[in-house]
Amino acid sequence: MNRIQKLLQEKKDIFSAYFTAGYPHLEDTMPVLEALQEAGTDLVELGMPFSDPLADGPTIQKSSEDALENGMSIKKLFEQIKDMRKTIDMPIVLMGYFNPVFKYGVEAFVAKCKEVGVDGVILPDLPFDEYNDKYQQLFEDANISNIFLITPQTPDERIKLIDANSNGFIYMVSSAAVTGAKSGLSDQQLAYFNRVNNLGLSTPRIIGFGISNKETFTTACKYASGAIVGSAFVKLLAEKGADKVSINDFVKGIKDTSEK
Amino acid sequence: MSDKSKYQVDENGMYGRFGGAFIPEMLQPNIDNLKKVYLDIINSEAFQKEYKSLLKDYVGRPSPLYLAKRLSEKYGTNVYLKREDLNHTGAHKINNTVGQILIAKHMGKERIIAETGAGQHGVATATACALMGLKCVVYMGEVDIKRQAPNVARMKMLGAEVKAAQSGSKTLKDATNEAMRDWICNPEDTFYLIGSVVGPHPYPDMVARLQAIISEEIAWQIKEKTDKEYPDYVIACVGGGSNAAGSFYHFLDDERVKLVAVEASGMGVSSGETAATIAMGDLGVIHGSKTFLMQSDDGQITEPYSISAGLDYPGIGPIHAHLHDTKRATIISATDQEALDSALELTQLEGIIPALESSHALAALGKMKFKPDDAVVITISGRGDKDMETYMNRFGF
Ligand SMILES: Cc1ncc(COP(=O)(O)O)c(C=O)c1O
Repeated sequence: MNRIQKLLQEKKDIFSAYFTAGYPHLEDTMPVLEALQEAGTDLVELGMPFSDPLADGPTIQKSSEDALENGMSIKKLFEQIKDMRKTIDMPIVLMGYFNPVFKYGVEAFVAKCKEVGVDGVILPDLPFDEYNDKYQQLFEDANISNIFLITPQTPDERIKLIDANSNGFIYMVSSAAVTGAKSGLSDQQLAYFNRVNNLGLSTPRIIGFGISNKETFTTACKYASGAIVGSAFVKLLAEKGADKVSINDFVKGIKDTSEK
Repeated sequence: MSDKSKYQVDENGMYGRFGGAFIPEMLQPNIDNLKKVYLDIINSEAFQKEYKSLLKDYVGRPSPLYLAKRLSEKYGTNVYLKREDLNHTGAHKINNTVGQILIAKHMGKERIIAETGAGQHGVATATACALMGLKCVVYMGEVDIKRQAPNVARMKMLGAEVKAAQSGSKTLKDATNEAMRDWICNPEDTFYLIGSVVGPHPYPDMVARLQAIISEEIAWQIKEKTDKEYPDYVIACVGGGSNAAGSFYHFLDDERVKLVAVEASGMGVSSGETAATIAMGDLGVIHGSKTFLMQSDDGQITEPYSISAGLDYPGIGPIHAHLHDTKRATIISATDQEALDSALELTQLEGIIPALESSHALAALGKMKFKPDDAVVITISGRGDKDMETYMNRFGF
């Protein structure tokens, strides 16, 4: 069992944060990770910046642009996190677009993930069939969970197929949107969560997109194993930098009151 | 032509090792839906009737195949110009937008989005939308909006909303990202009308089929104009590759016809200021398609350069990557200067002011050897009106 599977088995109301590696400053990756862990974060999605992030809204676009400007790259990221397992116990998921990973070499990438202690990978534009055909064995042999996205438009049949081929969690995108588009969860979205929950899936779900505060986090946790805060956290980093105190306040402010 | 051709897309959306649909799950239902219906629509009698009638009476087809006598004399061969510049809106782009707008209508879509670089595809899309009374939003890089003011005004006059892409390099690739984001957010009522043989499957194939009218006409026109059964060469410029794909389409399986695609090498292939994707790029994924693209060692997509705004796309349509891989087509490149020289030459020998993009195709004449009895077809993808400012600056008129 990897850290993701263990976490999802043991915990509910999982608080997960996304941020872009190398942002706001190149060497902020580890300090932000450490501050998140100290504040009680359960799981982190560490963004690998890309020049053309077509599923992201303005906040994460800007963080990617800045991180690249700072000199961030996959190579650099693996250097930064090579000793993270000395201090970090949270499951770590690398999230990014396929091209930089393809260019790095998928095999080398997975090997490096294993070496430094990364537990999962989210590559939104790596299609299911391509993964299934070419890379699933590679990921599974390395015990790295490949995390798929589903959306309100994903047909039930496809959700079941994704479920059967997942071993970490399913990233349940809350609405037809790019990241950071809006906050608040409508009845329509809740109906979609219910629909998915009634499919009898074996893989737990974590909800992301549009989760920005205590209220949306708490609601999302009623419908899934947890939720991911992305743009709202990146906005905090943009304003306050890798500041321990404000990161602590941010995480506690969303998480602590979520007990149902 | 047979769908079994080894140069055509296969059932998985691949051209050999290129193509596919590398898209986030948010776009999957839209793409799946389009994939399901596009061939049935295109092959339906109703579509063909409407499409062909619009091409004839609205676009002004067939476009002439013109024997350029003085140009031919100069190069010691027979040069036939396929005059896409004479189409309504001044380029081949309209063949595609008129076709896709009909597909969108068949699918019941009410809102059309498009990306544009120089504004040619944006204008062609806005035109088709005006014709059909559909809402039109065109994404254009902020930098391009400033560089291409007349086309921005044209789109607005046609009733389109022009939205500035403000991310990244603020040019064509960013406008494409922005259009894809819009589509992610509006999956139900919106149709994404892509302007070239790029993007996720089925777009490259759909656009190629809609541009195939170019080679369909060349095929009968060459018989009419010469005693040959087929042209010896077909030459076209490549940005994303739609006019080239259309010019090649009906000749793909006829290996007697030599196919030549001309990329823009800007200041020179190795200058660092180039858009010669085949020459300088390597394999990757851009805008949902696996193909050659210009990228850094870290896999970040880099901004290409060419004097011609329609050719500075960092990728190339997967069909052309495959034609290159299989050596079915020869891919060469022309610099800014060579294109400018060819533009002036055509203008003064034949009285035709070509688009800068098309001038790259013309530059092949000085780069290749042709026999006196060869029939060399060059596609003039567009007219030069939009490039007059560049011509004025560069030639000092
Ligand atoms: C006149 C003209 N030719 C060629 C192109 C390049 O596009 P493609 O390679 O898809 O034909 C453009 C694009 O804007 C254009 O306007």
